[in-house]
Amino acid sequence: MPFSRRTFLGATAASVAATTRVFGATKAKLRIGLLLPYSGTYAALGNNITDAMKLAAGERGGKLAGREIEWIAVDDESDPAKAPANVNKLIAGEKVDILTGPVHSGVAMAMMQIVRQEKTLTIVTNAGAQAVTGQLCAPNVFRTSFSNWQTSYPCADVMLKDGRKKVVLMFWNYSFGQESMAAFKEGFTKGGGTVIKEIAVPFPQTEFQANLSEIASLKPDAVFVFFAGAGAAKFVRDYADAGLRDKVPLYGSGFLTEGVLGAQGPAAEGIKTTLHYADSLDNAQNRKFRDAFKTATGREADVYAVAGYDTVHALAAALEKVQGDASAQKELIAALEGVRIDSPRGPFRFSKAHNPVQNVYVRQVKGGKEAVLGVALKNAEDPAFGCAMVK
Amino acid sequence: MIRRALLVVLALALLAVGFTGDRFWLQFMGKAMIGCIFAMSLDLLVGYTGLVSLAHAAFFGISAYLLAGLSNHYGLVSPVATLPICLAGAAFAAVVIGWLSLRATGVYFIMVTLAFTQMLYYLFNDAPGLGGSDGLYVNERPFSGRTTAYFAIWSALVIVYAVLLRVLHAPFGHALVGIRVNEQRMRSLGFPTPRYKLVAFVIAGTLAGLAGYLDAALYGFVNPAEFGWRQSGLVLMTVLLGGKGTLHGPILGALLLTFVEHYGEQFTVHWNALIGALVIAVVLFLPRGLAGLVHARD
Amino acid sequence: MSFSLFGLQVLNGVEQGLLLFLVASGLTLVFGVLGVLNFAHGSFYMLGAYLAFWISAGTGSLLAAVLIGIPVMASLGFLVERLAIARLYKRDHLSQVLLTYGLVLLFNELQRALFGNDVHGVDAPRLLAFRIPLGSAQEWPAYRVFTAAACIAVAALMRQVILKTRFGMRVRAGASNAEMVEALGIDVRKLFSALFSAGTALAALAGMLAAPLTTVYPGMGENVLVLSFVVVVIGGIGSIKGAFFGAMLVGLSDTFGKVLLPGLASAMVYAVMAAVLLVRPRGLAG
Repeated sequence: MPFSRRTFLGATAASVAATTRVFGATKAKLRIGLLLPYSGTYAALGNNITDAMKLAAGERGGKLAGREIEWIAVDDESDPAKAPANVNKLIAGEKVDILTGPVHSGVAMAMMQIVRQEKTLTIVTNAGAQAVTGQLCAPNVFRTSFSNWQTSYPCADVMLKDGRKKVVLMFWNYSFGQESMAAFKEGFTKGGGTVIKEIAVPFPQTEFQANLSEIASLKPDAVFVFFAGAGAAKFVRDYADAGLRDKVPLYGSGFLTEGVLGAQGPAAEGIKTTLHYADSLDNAQNRKFRDAFKTATGREADVYAVAGYDTVHALAAALEKVQGDASAQKELIAALEGVRIDSPRGPFRFSKAHNPVQNVYVRQVKGGKEAVLGVALKNAEDPAFGCAMVK
Repeated sequence: MIRRALLVVLALALLAVGFTGDRFWLQFMGKAMIGCIFAMSLDLLVGYTGLVSLAHAAFFGISAYLLAGLSNHYGLVSPVATLPICLAGAAFAAVVIGWLSLRATGVYFIMVTLAFTQMLYYLFNDAPGLGGSDGLYVNERPFSGRTTAYFAIWSALVIVYAVLLRVLHAPFGHALVGIRVNEQRMRSLGFPTPRYKLVAFVIAGTLAGLAGYLDAALYGFVNPAEFGWRQSGLVLMTVLLGGKGTLHGPILGALLLTFVEHYGEQFTVHWNALIGALVIAVVLFLPRGLAGLVHARD
Repeated sequence: MSFSLFGLQVLNGVEQGLLLFLVASGLTLVFGVLGVLNFAHGSFYMLGAYLAFWISAGTGSLLAAVLIGIPVMASLGFLVERLAIARLYKRDHLSQVLLTYGLVLLFNELQRALFGNDVHGVDAPRLLAFRIPLGSAQEWPAYRVFTAAACIAVAALMRQVILKTRFGMRVRAGASNAEMVEALGIDVRKLFSALFSAGTALAALAGMLAAPLTTVYPGMGENVLVLSFVVVVIGGIGSIKGAFFGAMLVGLSDTFGKVLLPGLASAMVYAVMAAVLLVRPRGLAG
């Protein structure tokens, strides 16, 4: 059943009404803005992030530091052309205390432009663009998801350890793909590997045959790719169908298999990827989180949901330090910087550039499930190139 | 007469918004007015000359990107310097694309203009040097503050309306309408119709460039999504919803769509279906658009 | 590029073109005879793919999905034509574009409401679940060969129907002069309904055949739609033969564009279309 934000908002409003009657209105509601896609290609991601945020809030009795929450969600459609207007709607129109989102990095760039001026406390819940905690980093901007660098750089080491020295890179030619490849290449050439060819596929095209023939004729040791969502599902199937899976092993950033393992089926067997989360991570937090998410929504949790979940818990921990006073921004930022949480992904804290410091895991698809082989990079910290907050 | 009075009231109401100083409404109505300029410029082609162009977003985007380039690389910010350059850039692109596209007619014309828009979209989307898919910031904007930008946009809207009114009432405008109704006859009357169409295309493209310039100046952000056939399709939809072949139609359409997008999204998750149904209803039952309703009362 | 790799790329391009042709053929028929620019054609392709996923997941058979799905989609096409498209025959292209664009928005929401936002894989029929070696390093799945063959078969069948049957004769007559057909006492309304249903069914069939190759996802119709328009226009509107050559040209230029000019690959197809139209303003067949 498609999730309806409105029904959830309605339910929250009802419970709010009930509690206010008992305790009286002591504090104004905390207004949290969500700039996420609820329609279009990334709608599933937007819904998972939203649901996980509300799950985390529910675990805290529907309150953060004693304040009721008012969620204000805007469907950003992952359309950067509409992004400035949507951000304006949340910041100037709805006057949110805290802004969260988005999924699409083009939307994130539009958002960064505005929140850097308006000084709204902002938590990026997915978009991995380097600039968010790099060149454009700002005291009032945090990120709970990942930087593109974190998802790809550690894979270089994994491949070199597996003895893959000559590789082909293949990626969607947009910023997510370009930045993932740059990070991977940095690590791979530093470690002594050679990139024999870089294949840029126009985004969001999913016609790969011509490039697969190229790969077959180049005969590299392995291929490192960046694709996500439907493109990833199709690529992995095409790769296996071309008979390449057993000859040239496939590696990638974890987005190659996230959320599309079912669609990929047996074609995904054996693929190794690196990411800061895996469904099968064996820790108490993750088991609890996954069960709760499943109960609440009927769907399986994923890496996107984890970011939403941690956003609210990190925010709650910080708000408690300032007695729920979101207007004390300096103190709230300092509190967020000091937050340490036991996330379903493992230990989590913010770096000086406000990007997560987190473990990046090596995962391999086994029996249609993502098995964790180990940690590729412990406490991975984004280099935060160009960020003035990092000395 | 009533129509003119209503337009004056609307213009004054829009002007009044500028004095509220409300940060949200300044940007929201600013964006709506940019939509009005963009749609009116397209209507010169669609409604008056009978040319359905899908390249219109290209001129919007080129001008916006030019402003970003001028501001970021050459430190040129003042509108006195940047506006003429950006408009000239859009006009030049319109000359080239128009000259090539106008060799085709009818549906083929629509498709050639689509091809050019898509080529430009991919050019800016794929090249990291041009900002890539994440787009670019306009580091220093020509207008300081939202209020200044708002009044600049308001003035631009009034000027564009006046200019288009003038153009359409001149012999040139009558010739355009003649071309739409019967190009063959116009040609046999001795009108160099290809040149007339090209001039109309360039005027429209330049005004679309003005809209793009103002958009980049208002938000300080440009993105390849501003090119592309979706944007061109959206502005076509605006013109048709409002009523093509009139100047106030596109204004009505742009204002309506801005508000429907803003409030529809809060009303239902399936709000795209709402817009779809609205569009279908207008096509089937209001072939002259919303402006048709106003005319009916005249 | 070695000779064998060149040959392989030609095959890739032709194969891509064949599937594109199947989508574009329905579009060009509707375009040519009814004179309607149908933006919802991509939605029919998408709905076809979703039906293939849904029915084959339930029954375990893609064939069953095609047998059940095609009549369903043809009926949907009939309804859409009667309720909406039929009111547009006397109107300009712009109204048609707008109305069918409204339909695209509606169908997208329908797909979200019925099937959700997830990406789904569809398995190829078990009979065809083997691979054929191609050159030294690469293989082709048998299903890919089967779809290529199916596209050729449909093309041949369409040629037969259009050249040899009474229905085809009317379609040809309608494409060149609708008023004359009417004057001959043929019920144009019925002809148009039938043709629009057939166009819808062709799009849906393409979506169903493609489902195991492309996976099924929201928005899949729009990518295909724009490319099919390019094919139709390059070929010349209304011409099946033109659409065939247009599809080959698009498939090949996209394939070789990706290999030889990767930086400009995405603009390649559009550059080809612009070039063709500048030389032949009414397409290859025009």
